[in-house]
Amino acid sequence: MDFSQMTYLYLILQAVLLALVSPFLLGMIGQIRSRLEGRKGPGIGQVRRDIRKYFRKNSIAPIGSTAVFSLTPYVYFGTAVLAAAITPIFVSSLISDTYADLFALVGILFLGTVSLILAGLDTGTAFGGMGASREMTILALVEPTILMSIYAVSIPSHSSNLTAIVRGLLVHPLQAFLPGNVLALAALAIVVLAETSRLPIDNPSTHLELTMIHEAMILEYAGPKLALLEWASAIRLGVFLSLLANLFLPFGIANLGGSFPDILIGLAAISLKVIFLGAAIGAAEVFIAKLRLFRVPELLAGSFVISVLAVAGSFLFSAGLR
Amino acid sequence: MSINYDVADKVVTPLHLDHETEKAVWSIRLGSLLTELIALSGISLSLLAMDKPLGLRALYTGLPFIKLTIGIDFLSALFLLITSAVALFVGIFSVGYFKAHMTSSLIPLLIPVFTLSMLGVIVAGDVFSFLWMWELMALISIGGILAEHRRSEVREAGVFYIVMTHLGFLAILIALVFLADRAGVDSFRGLAAAAPKLPRSEKNFIFLLSLIGFASKAGLAPLHAWLPKAHPVAPSPISALLSAAMVNLGIYGILRIDVEILGHGPMWWGVLLLSLGAVSALTGALQASVSSDLKRLLAYSTTENMGIIAMALGLGMIMISLGAPEVALIAFSAAIIHLFNHSTFKSLGFLAAGSVQSAAGTTNLDLLGGLAKKMKTTALGFGVASLGASGLPLGSGFISEWLLLQALIHVPLKRSEAMTIIVPLTMAALALTAGIGVLAMVKAFGFSFLTRAKSAGASEAVESPGSMRGAMAALSVIGIILAVAPGILSSVVDKVLHVIDLSANPGLSPKLNAMISFPGLRGTISPWIIASGVIVASLAAFVVKLIGNKKLVAQATLPPWVCGIDALTPNMNYSATSFAEPIQRVFDDVLKPDKRLQVSHYSESKYLIEKMEYNSKQQDSIEKVLYVPILRAVKWVAALARRAHSGNIHLYLAYGIVGLVIFWILAR
Amino acid sequence: MGLLTRILKKGRFSEEAPMLGQPLSEIEAFRGSFHIRHVDAGSCNGCELELSGCFGPTYDAERYSIKLTPSPRHADGLAVTGVVTRNMEKPLLDAHQAMSQPSVVIAIGDCACNGGLFKDGYGVVGAVGEVITPDAYIPGCPPKPEEIIAGLRRFSGR
Repeated sequence: MDFSQMTYLYLILQAVLLALVSPFLLGMIGQIRSRLEGRKGPGIGQVRRDIRKYFRKNSIAPIGSTAVFSLTPYVYFGTAVLAAAITPIFVSSLISDTYADLFALVGILFLGTVSLILAGLDTGTAFGGMGASREMTILALVEPTILMSIYAVSIPSHSSNLTAIVRGLLVHPLQAFLPGNVLALAALAIVVLAETSRLPIDNPSTHLELTMIHEAMILEYAGPKLALLEWASAIRLGVFLSLLANLFLPFGIANLGGSFPDILIGLAAISLKVIFLGAAIGAAEVFIAKLRLFRVPELLAGSFVISVLAVAGSFLFSAGLR
Repeated sequence: MSINYDVADKVVTPLHLDHETEKAVWSIRLGSLLTELIALSGISLSLLAMDKPLGLRALYTGLPFIKLTIGIDFLSALFLLITSAVALFVGIFSVGYFKAHMTSSLIPLLIPVFTLSMLGVIVAGDVFSFLWMWELMALISIGGILAEHRRSEVREAGVFYIVMTHLGFLAILIALVFLADRAGVDSFRGLAAAAPKLPRSEKNFIFLLSLIGFASKAGLAPLHAWLPKAHPVAPSPISALLSAAMVNLGIYGILRIDVEILGHGPMWWGVLLLSLGAVSALTGALQASVSSDLKRLLAYSTTENMGIIAMALGLGMIMISLGAPEVALIAFSAAIIHLFNHSTFKSLGFLAAGSVQSAAGTTNLDLLGGLAKKMKTTALGFGVASLGASGLPLGSGFISEWLLLQALIHVPLKRSEAMTIIVPLTMAALALTAGIGVLAMVKAFGFSFLTRAKSAGASEAVESPGSMRGAMAALSVIGIILAVAPGILSSVVDKVLHVIDLSANPGLSPKLNAMISFPGLRGTISPWIIASGVIVASLAAFVVKLIGNKKLVAQATLPPWVCGIDALTPNMNYSATSFAEPIQRVFDDVLKPDKRLQVSHYSESKYLIEKMEYNSKQQDSIEKVLYVPILRAVKWVAALARRAHSGNIHLYLAYGIVGLVIFWILAR
Repeated sequence: MGLLTRILKKGRFSEEAPMLGQPLSEIEAFRGSFHIRHVDAGSCNGCELELSGCFGPTYDAERYSIKLTPSPRHADGLAVTGVVTRNMEKPLLDAHQAMSQPSVVIAIGDCACNGGLFKDGYGVVGAVGEVITPDAYIPGCPPKPEEIIAGLRRFSGR
């Protein structure tokens, strides 16, 4: 095992960085939404203040709940932070080179979602079950799309290792415009919206329990555990947006062992991309309405078909490049 | 299919005489002891054979004209190991289980005989012994399934299974006897040498027939309809053996006959197996997600996992025929590892289901709930099983699915245009299965152990006795080990791969160590590092919480927030059916549930509605579409044939004479 | 493009809402983030209209880090409007007990503060103070949105 000190340092640094920055990303999306709605908005630091406040309150567990309810915030946060550590954000090769590939990364994120779903069931309330049922249906329909999209982006480099995919695109930049990649990007964009509970699949600022998906599962949480859950949601948004940016347009990313200016360029590049994507989400949310729950599977099925077309496109067009 | 019995279904209360109970306890102890002995000898035989394979030995039976031969090579050793390990834990479990559920004092004795017959199938060295042991195993399994034969649905399921297993046996019989006749030898080793020389059309014929028989036994769609009927009605230890050991024998048959003996076939063989696997996986996953009975859900999950194994095998066969042995080796190792994983988590799942049934009195997910607080070991066991079955990281199923995905990624596309269509479709099938399979497992775990009890039985459940808990705990440990350290299987996998494809270079097989890698190809993963990463990160989350909440205010336990009503009744919770309702809606056209709405109105006016009754029954859609027309055709033909039964004895004598004459002419 | 042009033409139209009084210093826990759960204990909905106006674009209480949440577990303050009627007494108590500590209770409107118009009604238990003790009173019938926000700002401190 060739773990070097640098790798450990980078891992922890990357996870900490993303953890600290993600609440501001979420705050920025909310602030853009407020401004476009003609309001002044609370500022981009509001999510951080919310999380800090939740830490200062006390935790509550409903009567009859089990260890699943109590431990889920740690598993949810843990998987989010682990995913943040192994996603290529500003450096293209880390632990992801050998120990976990894109399938494992996505699996880790899904592990977190499944633990939250089980916690929703464990609360024993109707809201928890409802949120769990809806989130599970969305997960069941999103996992095929993600697997197919990963497959589509793995074909040009014949590997699902994150490093190989990113490096492959850096070496052949024109691959970014292949039909396979473009379609996979479209499919993954819908998946990211579904998994981070954004419109049009789920309204993150709703108060009506019957329209909730993600929020319904965390209605019973309070205090530091709620803080961990909200923070983890922000981190997952950061991870998904970074993944989206670096799987399809990784230009600017540094190599492991690269010099300090390279790393600065990498940081600047990913910040620009993620800010752009976040701003796009925030602006789009003002214009679109939430889909009826039973229309969401249609949207997700559409994204699945797009991902199948992406695989076909990758097959047809990558044969010439390799 | 329904059977009309003249005798009404009376519930017969068993007489509890002391001497009956004593006999029962002795049969439980004896049965369990025999099972453990057989299982331990099976395991030791398997480990010995892994070291040095056992050649063909004749077995003395004492009966004239019946010669049985035994031969244990690496492939047999693999299945010996799996079957014996499952039997080992089932034997421990059955001690506690049958003490609570005594149907007849024969059933606990049936388990060791069943195990022995399964081991007999695996070690059979020639066609004759194989067919004998296969039929013996089928007959004994029928006995096991019909353990509670006083219930009508058990009888129906039993008859369904009897017919299907014998139709499968007929196919296997014809295929193997034909093969032995054409090749001129009886033993498997001789067949492996002689079979490749047979003409292509004969090999196709043998392949198709044997595939039908073995696919039916393995529970592959569309021949799977017996599985969700038969596995739930058997007692849980027997269900565990059926699902985790007997269906493996279908895969054993495919590996032995179609892959090893018939050797490198044309590409369409692999494509056929792959398609059967894909359809099974999708059907199993979908039907499992809408099942409201825990054991039926697990049975459909067996179909799903057997489908995944068949997909891996089919892909391997295709890769061999296209000349890409390194990819074939990845696919075959995925199949073998998934065999191990499936046997572990399926047996654990059925044992946990038996524990639940024993404690709560029902396996209906809509009536269970809240068992995690009262049955901690069972909950942990089923948790490990469902995590393994769902294919998420930290579960054992993740590794075999990852291997299959890697095999699909490394398929060389230039060798065949058909692969550009087959590979995306396979990938889509696997991906859909994975997603829906997670739903089924979350539903199974969440609604039996989490939420709140919805029936009196569930609220009064207590944990099962020590033998049941011990068996589940041991299987959980094995499941966890397989999830984080699949490297322990590496020597087994290497040796079996050599048997399956002798032409492949042993240096090309995947390396299963702390890190799984493929020599010459890209793709690595380290399961234990992922597992430790998740655990370390979760601990870090705990540390973050401690840092953030410096005052360490104690956690309060309060009633759930219910918007001000008096209290939540258990029925206000989501039930398993409502949990799966969105996915059922999405796949409505495929599942085709029977929906009936009856509106009854008052006599005074038809606009005043008195009540509405809505019934939705989920049946196996393949059974509805495929089996019912076939059964109707058989009944029609039988009705035609009945015209020949006039009751006139003179006509019957004439039939006899005509038949004799024809036979005499043909024999000359 | 109709909505986009309208957004660009209108710009920001939130009005300023002055802070009356100093931020309350006792409760530090929710400085900078004050989430309230609203319970209508039996009001005429006049206060609700004003309260919902607070969270619209004109008065924009969110810029002061004040937010409405659906679950008492997530809330720091219980905003009660209306006099406490008999049917709503238990739900109000439940909502209060479900909250995560530290938490406050705010009585909005004359009915919540002292019974208001419905003081001696037959279906009425009393003002909020007779059931749970409020930490803040925002009188008015109904109180203006600026007054409500001014009161709430004393908890969020922004």
